Amino acid sequence: MAPGDGEQLLSYPIPSDTALGPPAEWARLRQRCPVAKVALPSGDEASLLTRYDDVKQVLSDPRFTRLLNADDAARVSDSESGGVFNSAMAQSLPQGGEGHQRWRRMVARWFTAKRMSALRPGIEAMAERLIDAMLEHGHPADLKAHLAFPLPVWVICDLLGVPDSDRDRFAHWSDTLLNLTRYQQSEVDAAQAEFADYMAAHVAAKRTGPGEDLLSELITATGPGGHRMSDAELVATGQALLVAGHETTANMIGKMTAMLLADRRHWERLLADRSLVRTAVEEALRFDANPGFGMPRYIGEDTEVADTLLPRGTTVVCSMAAANRDETAFEGAGELALDRSPNPHLAFGAGAHSCLGQALARTELQATLDVLLRRLPTLELAVPAAELRRLEGLAVGGLRELPVRW
Amino acid sequence: MKVTVDQDRCVASGQCVVAAMEVFDQRDEDGVVVLLDPEPRAERAEDVRHAAAVCPALAIAIED
Repeated sequence: MAPGDGEQLLSYPIPSDTALGPPAEWARLRQRCPVAKVALPSGDEASLLTRYDDVKQVLSDPRFTRLLNADDAARVSDSESGGVFNSAMAQSLPQGGEGHQRWRRMVARWFTAKRMSALRPGIEAMAERLIDAMLEHGHPADLKAHLAFPLPVWVICDLLGVPDSDRDRFAHWSDTLLNLTRYQQSEVDAAQAEFADYMAAHVAAKRTGPGEDLLSELITATGPGGHRMSDAELVATGQALLVAGHETTANMIGKMTAMLLADRRHWERLLADRSLVRTAVEEALRFDANPGFGMPRYIGEDTEVADTLLPRGTTVVCSMAAANRDETAFEGAGELALDRSPNPHLAFGAGAHSCLGQALARTELQATLDVLLRRLPTLELAVPAAELRRLEGLAVGGLRELPVRW
Repeated sequence: MKVTVDQDRCVASGQCVVAAMEVFDQRDEDGVVVLLDPEPRAERAEDVRHAAAVCPALAIAIED
């Protein structure tokens, strides 16, 4: 019996042979085993979903909660803190229901399409500055270190009203919070404590001297029923935005650029027709075969997915990346089609918990790609695509580095 | 074409505004969808269908 059919547990995450390609296992699971029993890094068992319709259904169904602290829920990792999915920060924000919606809507006003258009020139200017520095360094250069990693930290620091001089500290805190393997637990704890202290002092400073930033506005904003955010909520909101918005976007800038350069015909097509940038970004998001863990969910009642009974107490893992390669949902799913439209991919999830910062992520990706095409039309990989290496992490997937020349 | 939106389900992704800004907008206070034109003209139909397809909350319904 093949792994995933019940006899032998498939280990999750499923490794892939290449940095940019999907594991071969996905296609088999989608076809023959849409609800696959898997063993998580903790050793606990979960059910893996890989089909587009199933993943979208579960992510859109509020009965599937994010309450992974239930007694019988599977633990994702066996690290003491349980990693980012169970952090103290995650626990200080409402995780579901009305409280979650109220919190989300107070923050969402900062991510509207209009506001994104207003932010775009500033983001392009940041990308220009980082590329200037990369040009000064000369090639070959690691595009991840020079551009992809710093850009989203700069954007988030601006959003939070954090001075430029503290950007490096934010980058470090973000890195320690998400890299479950690279740092010792004591380093992670120390970084978390430092970050929480910094944010508490920062919130206090914004109370006395408000600026034009998200935190300053949230301090005085009132939600439905006159609700105001507590200091703990404000601190956790700032932390959550960094954790959710930094490494994800940083890695996606790297992977998107790598995808477009791995077969340089894609890059040349974009050079010839810049109007494709928007759909190209969506397609890169869909095509990303290494986005990280996926979305774990817990179901508190018996239910059915793909004609399979999921008993109460089941932890499911939704693989949005596998779903995004589902041939029944996307014609030519295995091909990167830069003009695909509409592109209802699930890279940002779906339903009430779909990525809050998705409009910002899109804007950063579009701005970066536009500036790269404009400034470095001769950009190319400095190593064969087969030599690109995956970042070994759990929460967010990416490339270790992206060596380029121009 | 008749369009309806479900403001309770809306997650403020802004995707509908990008796809069809003559038909959809977002509230300033929380980014929730506002329907500007519940019966869009035929030449906007494709954009509106696009908006409904990419809405992550499935909050846009279309009746032809």
